[in-house]
Amino acid sequence: MADFFVYAVKKMAKIIWEKIMKNEKLNQAYNAYVEARIPRTKPWPSLFNSFWVGGLICLLGQGINELLLYLFPSMAEQSAWAWTLVALIFLASFLTAIGVYDKIGKFAGGGSIVPITGFSNSITSPAIEFKHEGVIYGTCVKMFTIAGPVIVTGIVASVVVGLIYFVVGLI
Amino acid sequence: MQTIELKNHPKIIGSYSIVGPKEGAGPFGKYFDYVMKDDRLGEKTYEQTECKMLELSVTGAIQNAGLMIGDINLLLAGDLLNQIISSSYAARAFNMPYLGLFGACSTMAESLAVGAVLVNGKHFKNVVCATGSHFSTAERQFRFPLELGCQRVPTSQWTVTAAGASVLSLDGEGPEITKVTFGKVIDFGINDVNNMGAAMAPAAADTMFTHFQETKTKPEDFDLIVTGDLGKLGAEILVDLMEEKGYKLGKNYSDIGHSFFTRQQDTMCGGSGCGANASVLNSYIIKKMRQGLIKKLLFLPTGALMSTTASQQGETIPGVCHALVLEAGGK
Repeated sequence: MADFFVYAVKKMAKIIWEKIMKNEKLNQAYNAYVEARIPRTKPWPSLFNSFWVGGLICLLGQGINELLLYLFPSMAEQSAWAWTLVALIFLASFLTAIGVYDKIGKFAGGGSIVPITGFSNSITSPAIEFKHEGVIYGTCVKMFTIAGPVIVTGIVASVVVGLIYFVVGLI
Repeated sequence: MQTIELKNHPKIIGSYSIVGPKEGAGPFGKYFDYVMKDDRLGEKTYEQTECKMLELSVTGAIQNAGLMIGDINLLLAGDLLNQIISSSYAARAFNMPYLGLFGACSTMAESLAVGAVLVNGKHFKNVVCATGSHFSTAERQFRFPLELGCQRVPTSQWTVTAAGASVLSLDGEGPEITKVTFGKVIDFGINDVNNMGAAMAPAAADTMFTHFQETKTKPEDFDLIVTGDLGKLGAEILVDLMEEKGYKLGKNYSDIGHSFFTRQQDTMCGGSGCGANASVLNSYIIKKMRQGLIKKLLFLPTGALMSTTASQQGETIPGVCHALVLEAGGK
């Protein structure tokens, strides 16, 4: 009797397992089929657009920096760079608020995401989006939903690099 | 059996559709009852707008049916937001029993099917079925903030700003719902939230196949077969899947999401959202059926039953699809 019971359980487990494996195979086949049908982005036009828009943003930054140094000859180079970043961040936030930056982003992709302006956009846009849920629970809480991971990774990476630098210095 | 034949032929005696400005500029623009001038309707938040759109479409459909709000015995509604707030909050405005439904983008079919069964059984006299979606609320809940500068992937779809409502009754004139097929939840292991079409196509194929089998019909028996919002890719996959099962979908097959926008409107694979099929059914399709241009229709909206939490936890996307047969009724 016990033997039969064990046999029945084993048999059932085998049937269920085979069914799962069969489904798994079907799913894999379907995923492969879908993968083959998916329309792709054309890499060259999008790479070209992100290249020139990204370059233009960097050029703008350089321009602002040069202008600052020209207008205020006594300014240290270090602080001129800081002010340049402030200007770019402000500009991107402003363009986000008036609804222009998302259009640039749609056109340029990575070209407008990678520079600091993209970072600014990623903080301003959720801040605007969630303002109806209040200043504290809306804007303040949700502000970093997109930029948060970038900041955390940045800080963690700099801590790691700092430690390595420290250890190497000891040797 | 998943198919129910409705012997008493419940009719859609009133319908109303309301859409946003972008949707109004699309191919179906001139058929909608009301095209909003902006995407807010004077409300403070987009969630309130979505709720208002549902209210307006319910009221509009009741008026269109020549009834008063007091004549309605039941409201069946659903939407895409968490805890289907748009529908439930819209239901506050009406003093009538309410059942909230969630079938994602298949909600219009789900509400019509449940409503039709209830009306057919003479449990309720007049039932309103409504659903709607808003681009901005869906973006916020499922994707990114509106102003974030990112690119959409080629398989993505555009959640439409639209709502639609129908009044079902045994008395009156209008297209009749003769058969309903309730669909199973089907998951073929797609986990890309930007590729809803591929996730939902197997569900559509399953329900369609079951419907053809159980009713002993063929695609050629219908003047028009429409799926909800599979989009361009999903519709192509469905045609392939049906061919595999031995049914060839011909020229009479079309997808609402795929044809909701023009190519210039840049929506990648097309429109999506409960509002898409609700608004097109309650404007274009019902009008054409009343004119007698479409006599027999198979309506199969599909829904992707995922949530952001499940997707982030790596879950795959289950799909569901319910089918309705609409026939232009005689007098």
